[in-house]
Amino acid sequence: MLNLTDRDRAMMSGEHGPAPQLAMSILVRMAEVYGAEALMDISQAHIDSTIYLGDATLEFAERLASLGARVAVPTSLNVSGVDECGWKDWAVSPEWAAKAARQMLAYEKMGAVPTWTCAPYQTQMRPSFGQQIAWGESNAIAFANSVIGARTERYPDLLDICCAITGRVPAVGLHLTANRAGQLLLSLIDIPEAVQRDDQFFAVLGHLVGQLAGDRIPVVEGVTVAPEEDQLKAFMAAAASSGRVALCHIFGVTPEASSLADAFQGPVPGRAFPIRMDDLRSARNELTTADGRALDMVILGSPHFSLAEFARLAPLVAGRRAHPQVKFLVTSSRFMKDEAEKAGVLAPVIDFGAQVTLDTCILASPMLPPEIRTLMTNSAKYAYYAPSLLNTRVTFGSLADCVASAVEGRVVRDDTVWRNE
Amino acid sequence: MAERIIAGRSIVPGEADGEALVTSEPLSFWGGFDFNTGEIIDRHHPLAGVRAASRILAVPFSKGSSTTTAVLLEAVRAQTAPAAILTTGVDAFFALAAIVAATMYGRSFPVVALEPADFASLRSGAYVRIERDGRIHVTHGEAG
Repeated sequence: MLNLTDRDRAMMSGEHGPAPQLAMSILVRMAEVYGAEALMDISQAHIDSTIYLGDATLEFAERLASLGARVAVPTSLNVSGVDECGWKDWAVSPEWAAKAARQMLAYEKMGAVPTWTCAPYQTQMRPSFGQQIAWGESNAIAFANSVIGARTERYPDLLDICCAITGRVPAVGLHLTANRAGQLLLSLIDIPEAVQRDDQFFAVLGHLVGQLAGDRIPVVEGVTVAPEEDQLKAFMAAAASSGRVALCHIFGVTPEASSLADAFQGPVPGRAFPIRMDDLRSARNELTTADGRALDMVILGSPHFSLAEFARLAPLVAGRRAHPQVKFLVTSSRFMKDEAEKAGVLAPVIDFGAQVTLDTCILASPMLPPEIRTLMTNSAKYAYYAPSLLNTRVTFGSLADCVASAVEGRVVRDDTVWRNE
Repeated sequence: MAERIIAGRSIVPGEADGEALVTSEPLSFWGGFDFNTGEIIDRHHPLAGVRAASRILAVPFSKGSSTTTAVLLEAVRAQTAPAAILTTGVDAFFALAAIVAATMYGRSFPVVALEPADFASLRSGAYVRIERDGRIHVTHGEAG
């Protein structure tokens, strides 16, 4: 039985205006679906509903905006459907660009911060440990819960904005401590440190964990290296693409897993599901759907490329040139591009022949011309979705492999650590 | 052809009938379903290439992208959505899409949660009729 506060009821009956009324009525209906007993406050939101798909997503956004909707908490915005400054360089139609821009304007009018990124945790909007938030975007949800220890349910598009407008969420799921306990133990068995240090390891592991977890909260043990933030970002994006992972504890790495007993909030399962080198090899092979060495484009930046990633890429490309037949595209946000420029790590990337697309990505904007058939990426998320969404074939490799391939004009990979002895 | 009745739990009530399309693999509609054609397009999924529009889609739960709901809303608008979605547990994504579609367009699709054993008893090709209270009438054809 759902108990609403007087304020919730006032919103629902329209006393706060028509937009909170619409948002609260959807939220209350969903609270009943979730079986919630009450709503609770959030102090931040991230809106994935920004992604323009067609007339329905636009009509939803403009309906809310026309009702005078305003966000009630600090709110960041996910990628949009168009790079407003760069779309003319690509295959985006003027009609698409215009409608996607209208959808952007609708969410800006609601008072959200125009972050336009799928990596809001790498902006000034990064939440803190324990903070109650309502986030959309599967990779961001998994990162916020797992890596930061902020608390969000797995919010879908169309609901995230209702939470932001009302400042309320159903008090269920990952908002509550008891529901954050691990449910499945996955143990790395004899995975050499050289593999764990490899640039591709965390993305590959995430891809596998997403498949193994099903609808349970996985706990991974056996990581012996200290991952960088962008490696955890790659892990979470992969696990939230191949599966439905919204929270994954990594023993010794993530904040709610300083011990296995902490991660499980009690007794540790007697049986662990093993992950061996062969499993990782298969998972890595699955991410490559191309055969042969043909290459039309290298694509980096899903989730959006960070300052640290630009800083890693810069020395790899310095003094080199991409092959004239190969496009080299980095997807990021306007904020991160400015940061990279200030830090002096953007210029070498541009001099290499790279293009930078802002505020969207190749999956959210119909950018790619039809002659682009084969991609290479270090992103497991791009590798997962591009074959289905873009009718392209993909080779998955390390950042260094991506650069080497772009220079040579065909796929080259250094597989040394992944080979069978 | 015997009809049997499964007691489902109505998550978003409604009536629908059609041919069952059943999978044990979860699905992301974003990157997994083309709302222009009503076809499942996720190449990692066993139903890739199959039309789900107007069928009773039985999928255990949603996975992947948060944009699954928006794709389903577009599908309702474009009249390419499944006639109903049957799941194993309460799936908030499918429920939300059905609720917002009703608000925006005055039409929707029922979402019903089944016990895992009942879900496992469903076969593609069966004729399925759903009642508002969550009761599901299943008739297996000769080929079913």
